[in-house]
Amino acid sequence: MTNAKLWGLKKSPWVFHVAAASCNNCDIEILDVITPRWDVERFGIVLVGSPRHADALLVTGVLNRKSLPRVIHVYEQTPKPCLVIAVGSCTCDNHIFRPSYNAVGPYDKHIPVDVYIPGCPPKPEAIISGVVKALKRL
Amino acid sequence: MKRIVPIGPYHPLQEEPEFFKLIVEGEKVIDLEINIGYNHRGHEFIAQKLTWDQIPFLVERICGICSDSHPYACVMAIEDAAHIEVPLRAQYIRTIIGELERIHSHYLWLGLAGHFIGYNTVWMWVWRYREPLLDLFELIMGNRNHYAINKAGGARRDILPEDYPKIEKYLDLLEEKNTMFTKAVLDDPVIRARLEGVGILSREDAVAYAVLGPTARGSGYAIDVRKDEPYDAYDKISWDMIVCEEGDVLAKAKVRLLECFESIKIVRQCLKNMPDGPIENRVEEIPAGEGIGRHEAPRGEVFHYVRSDGSNYPIRHKIRAPSFMNIPSNEVAVRGYSIADAALVLAAVDPCYCCTERTVVYEDRKPKYSGADLLRLSWQKTETLRRRYKR
Repeated sequence: MTNAKLWGLKKSPWVFHVAAASCNNCDIEILDVITPRWDVERFGIVLVGSPRHADALLVTGVLNRKSLPRVIHVYEQTPKPCLVIAVGSCTCDNHIFRPSYNAVGPYDKHIPVDVYIPGCPPKPEAIISGVVKALKRL
Repeated sequence: MKRIVPIGPYHPLQEEPEFFKLIVEGEKVIDLEINIGYNHRGHEFIAQKLTWDQIPFLVERICGICSDSHPYACVMAIEDAAHIEVPLRAQYIRTIIGELERIHSHYLWLGLAGHFIGYNTVWMWVWRYREPLLDLFELIMGNRNHYAINKAGGARRDILPEDYPKIEKYLDLLEEKNTMFTKAVLDDPVIRARLEGVGILSREDAVAYAVLGPTARGSGYAIDVRKDEPYDAYDKISWDMIVCEEGDVLAKAKVRLLECFESIKIVRQCLKNMPDGPIENRVEEIPAGEGIGRHEAPRGEVFHYVRSDGSNYPIRHKIRAPSFMNIPSNEVAVRGYSIADAALVLAAVDPCYCCTERTVVYEDRKPKYSGADLLRLSWQKTETLRRRYKR
């Protein structure tokens, strides 16, 4: 059963985009990836409106105290197996916000992360390559 | 009967986490409650732990869309505190980048507005012509966003003379496409039907809510820091302020589209009149004192205040972003329209929550702490700290 699900996941992953406390840049680059120049919708990668429809979560931005419970909630709602792709340096290691009183650590402290895409912001090419790597791992 | 329609915090319409409670009667929105704070990262606190040279990199990461505006205002505040002049060439470089960023931000908004009314063609189309601009940023500054061009005392990177033709070439393309967008957006009957007469913010309300930028100029309230208190190259070249009287979403779109033409005009003149010379004055030290910086970001005036005690670190850094003033005006703009229009009206001010985030504690729909309460809390904390360190 799991194998069938993984096979389905590989073919056209639907992604849900979660911005914790992001500066918008990674979010814009994610949107950029689906606009004409890169246009990953060709490969069946679609941004969906609900985590319940999603195969993968694209998480951006540093986690803060207020968004942490919401992000965990979104993760719990996503059907498993699901991929968690951390986009941007903030998601990997808190980046410049490390001294902040409101940043509660990188994502992998709280939810399992499959792929890290560092960069501030990562270029659309890097995001695509990260997603491809995540799919290859399956 | 009153019902509540929640939007957010993770909603497919929004890029950023924010929470709106639309209080509706049938289809009609009768009230709006805005709940933010999901994006609070404590910039002002972190700024006190960084040196003067590092702060522009931090404030750049307040917002990815206006990632030139915040450092721009910040370095102007530092220059004000340090009493230094900026070389002429650096002034022109900063102005060029500021205006190119305005075009990129307005295009981003236009695309998203198209997305919000379910007209994805506009979105894809506009963002396609935004891409060459990001390439240009990468060419000049080495990154598509977060440019790090501003530095206290000047600019960090020079625009090379061999890059001028590339910028000119892009501006030509942009002018052609902007004419097309302006015609397409303003003449399209579908877009007109969705935008015209929706989300009207009257001039009185605009003044009462102290809105800024295109939101104010779309309501006939002519306010622009670039004209009111010219800085850098803005008083050395000729350009016009765009003001529309209607106050609806279409007027705001019109202001933004026509502003792109003005930005193209400004960049062209800057490239033509670009003086030679150094691009930065060295800042030796920042004396004790304070400084302010104001810059017209794509969304309105951004204000930075710094206070120095003569050391390497600021002892206070205060930031006020334009969306902080613009978002509350949604309360009046959205009232009386249908839920379908609400998403568009809420987006019409080009809200930027990551710029805005302040922590507010609400209890029973009322702010828990007033100004006086916060003062009292602050005194209490000072008292405890004093006791702890026995001073």
